[in-house]
Amino acid sequence: MTATPLLRATELSKTYRVGRALLPARRRAVQAVSEVSLEVMPGETLGIVGESGCGKSSLGRCLMKLQDITSGTLEFEGRDITRASAARMRPLRREMQMVFQDPAASLNPRRRVGDLLSDPFRIHAACDRAEIPDRVAALLRRVDLLPEHAMRFPHEFSGGQKQRIGIARALALRPKLVVADEPVSALDVSIQAQIVNLLADLREELGLTYVFIAHDLSVVRQISNRVAVMYLGSVVETGPVDRVFSAPRHPYTAALRSAVPVPKLDVPRPARTILSGDLPSPLNPPPGCRFHTRCPRATALCRAERPALLPDGQGGALACHHPLEA
Amino acid sequence: MPAEPLLEVSGLTVSFRTEDGLVEAVRGISFAIAPGEIMGLVGESGSGKSQTLLALMGLITSPNAVLSGSVRFRGQELVGLGRRALDRIRGRDMAMIFQDPMTALTPVHTVGAQIVEQIRAHERISPRAARARAVELISAVGIPAPADVAGRYPHQLSGGMRQRAVIAMALSCNPALLIADEPTTALDVTVQAQILELIGRLRDEFGSAVILVTHDLGVVAEIADTVRVMYAGKVVEEGSKRDLFTAPQHPYAWGLFASIPPLEGARPARLSAIPGTPPRLSALPAGCAFRPRCAHAHAACAAMPALTGEGGHRAACVLSPARRAELLAAGEARS
Amino acid sequence: MLFALLARLGQMVLVMFGISVVAFLIFFATPGADPSARIAGRNASQETLQQVRHDFGLDRPLPVQYALMMKRLFVTRDLTSFVNRGQKVIPTVMNAIPITLSLVCGAAVLWVLGGLVVGVVAGATRGSYVDRGLMMLGLAGISMPVFWLGEVANLVTQSRWHDTWAFSWVPALGYVPLSVDPWGWFKALVIPWTVLATLYVGLYGRVLRASLIEMMQEDFIRTARAKGIGETRVLLHHGLRTSLVAFVTMFGLDFGALVGGGALLTEVVFGLQGVGKLTYDALQTLDLPMILATVIYASFFVVMANFVVDILHAILDPRARDAR
Repeated sequence: MTATPLLRATELSKTYRVGRALLPARRRAVQAVSEVSLEVMPGETLGIVGESGCGKSSLGRCLMKLQDITSGTLEFEGRDITRASAARMRPLRREMQMVFQDPAASLNPRRRVGDLLSDPFRIHAACDRAEIPDRVAALLRRVDLLPEHAMRFPHEFSGGQKQRIGIARALALRPKLVVADEPVSALDVSIQAQIVNLLADLREELGLTYVFIAHDLSVVRQISNRVAVMYLGSVVETGPVDRVFSAPRHPYTAALRSAVPVPKLDVPRPARTILSGDLPSPLNPPPGCRFHTRCPRATALCRAERPALLPDGQGGALACHHPLEA
Repeated sequence: MPAEPLLEVSGLTVSFRTEDGLVEAVRGISFAIAPGEIMGLVGESGSGKSQTLLALMGLITSPNAVLSGSVRFRGQELVGLGRRALDRIRGRDMAMIFQDPMTALTPVHTVGAQIVEQIRAHERISPRAARARAVELISAVGIPAPADVAGRYPHQLSGGMRQRAVIAMALSCNPALLIADEPTTALDVTVQAQILELIGRLRDEFGSAVILVTHDLGVVAEIADTVRVMYAGKVVEEGSKRDLFTAPQHPYAWGLFASIPPLEGARPARLSAIPGTPPRLSALPAGCAFRPRCAHAHAACAAMPALTGEGGHRAACVLSPARRAELLAAGEARS
Repeated sequence: MLFALLARLGQMVLVMFGISVVAFLIFFATPGADPSARIAGRNASQETLQQVRHDFGLDRPLPVQYALMMKRLFVTRDLTSFVNRGQKVIPTVMNAIPITLSLVCGAAVLWVLGGLVVGVVAGATRGSYVDRGLMMLGLAGISMPVFWLGEVANLVTQSRWHDTWAFSWVPALGYVPLSVDPWGWFKALVIPWTVLATLYVGLYGRVLRASLIEMMQEDFIRTARAKGIGETRVLLHHGLRTSLVAFVTMFGLDFGALVGGGALLTEVVFGLQGVGKLTYDALQTLDLPMILATVIYASFFVVMANFVVDILHAILDPRARDAR
């Protein structure tokens, strides 16, 4: 590919210090994101899946520069923004926006929806003050709400409607990139489908690029072009979403895929690999391949050496010593 | 089908006195469960499925709640039963697993002590013997190093471990009926797979009947024998799992199936979502509560249809069976 | 665990050192508050002032003054009052401690028991007339100022009805040492105890009720009920047990503050020469050595109480144990 990626992360890591020791150096380190490299091309949607504690939300916040990056680099449209100051990030904030899992928690309950939605225009002085109400009304219509909803408070809306408001706020300034962190997982199935459709429509209309973080494989498959599977802070497999879910090559992807209950009878199911045990503590990740403690294919090599994420020759990448057959 | 149902619910209604008047969360539902049957109870938030379960267990304690109808467990009426008599049944013959394992255990007692407490509430048994039983149970639900885990506090265990501990506790007196409220919703899929397998195994080994509340049709497909779909406090469709998955009859069920993005095969350009939002219980439309969101609503829907159908597969919809078959064939529900 | 304990003790020493420095600076180094002038008396000549300054080491640099003061407080223990010449500070405080401890400990027993009973009964019967009655009584207890209630008690038991059968047993105001006459000790203190505890019974009852009601909404209470154990056990073994954490924290802080001199009003009203009364008198006369001694003594109890609360917290709540 010759085009410049919209967003490129190279060996991005995020380490948190935890504990109450007086000296920061004595606190224990948790590597929430460990040397993640990925690219997001303009117009595509990259899904990021993984179970709780795999670091996908941390990664999302790093990609948005909402938290400091410990090491590695992050580029937006070819510009290195790894260490960009808040002041330098400010104009970029118009270009990259985030949608959160819990819309109720991310909307100030004491302010009217109209005020919440006019903030982006005011903060970035994006248009005439007089124009703001019209812009807000247009935004509300765009997410299938009514302009008169601007006068209401967030608690007067259902969960699905709140998420529409969250999306409207993210889209106010026509960003190029939207990072959505579990945007539908708090919603009922029927509402979930509405929001997924809305996100897809907006992508077409506004030419958006998404990073879509979720634990639900079928939702990620519905909206993404490519997917990255994370386990304990690392990306273990990436590739076109249909290929990754229909013929996973990393044993973890395969296990994840086979664990999802399918709402159909009499369909040939991929042989289920029920993983034993729980996720190891990120405080104390296993040496070598981080998945080896639960992996049915693990060998001495996996215990000793961490596999690198290498291109698989089919537009994806894989970090496994003993991948499943393509 | 055995002649004697284990649990028979008829006309169960749960309502709450609120500022907006009496709000009905469960509106006269009836069903029966045979020993060893796994029933999936499906619905979205606000459909009344959790309140139904709490009512069965006598766990609706709000002074503003009004309960009516009948719940008969092995022939004994539970609605209106005194606390003492109820406590002889729940925990022993009927046990419950809750949705959020993070909050379901008392944080200041060890897991083992909490299991022992339940055993000793129902059986005359020494603390030592109860402790040994608790460790056995913890081991039976697939927790490694059970004796060690018995001495741990809930916050020291992962979500999956805690849910197993809750299940071990529920099973401690070999209940004939296990009531599970979204037991895997708070867990990761790989752990969910373990827990579902465990529940299935328990039915096979101990012959417990299970009521499994879930919003996930995948879970139902995996484990249930029969299914009931709830919407706005009523059962709108019931039948065997095969009936429901091969020929769903209610437009709401069609909508549910169509809302789920497929994990294999072609991806639809758009999901056929159900429009609108579930009605607020304080402002239910007259007649069929699904009417405002239903693509096939017409004048007749202003009266609430009864559950009708043959061979145990029944739906509460005014559409004629022929018309439903037509719509279904036209691909209404891409299940 | 042992290490954590030692670290905690080290922290306590640091905190007390800090408090002693601050107290010292406030009283001895505040501009315009020349201690030598206070010692020498109102119309002292310049020479007398110089002499006093030199005698008390007040012409030395501040750190040395501080060190001297601490040495006389803790090592030689011969620091004397500025006001009552010859009265040694440390023995005076030592004599006052048993009085304050007797008063506060007795009251604490009453208010903990009372608070538990009121809180649990009101919480369990939430919304009933019993609950409302208890909460009203509690509010009344909180609203009555302790000096007023004390005076009323004195009026009733010491003068108005002292000669009736009901209160003829009440001894005159003052303290009777426990080692001398246990029964007399009890009789002398039972009314101060009750007066001091009244406020706290109301407060603790209300706080415990609120915390219990909140706990009883928790998911784990539902789990406990589903186990088929009786409601009393659910209430006590699950609800109350988890509510105790907040209760104990509050108790430790109040207890520490009261022993540290916070029972001042009660002591004054009942003529008990406790630490509170001592501090009060010292402040009236700006008796700096006495103030310094009582402040350090008070900080010791507050810091100690905090330490004990932390330990109890760890015992009551396993989550706190693992957080360190």
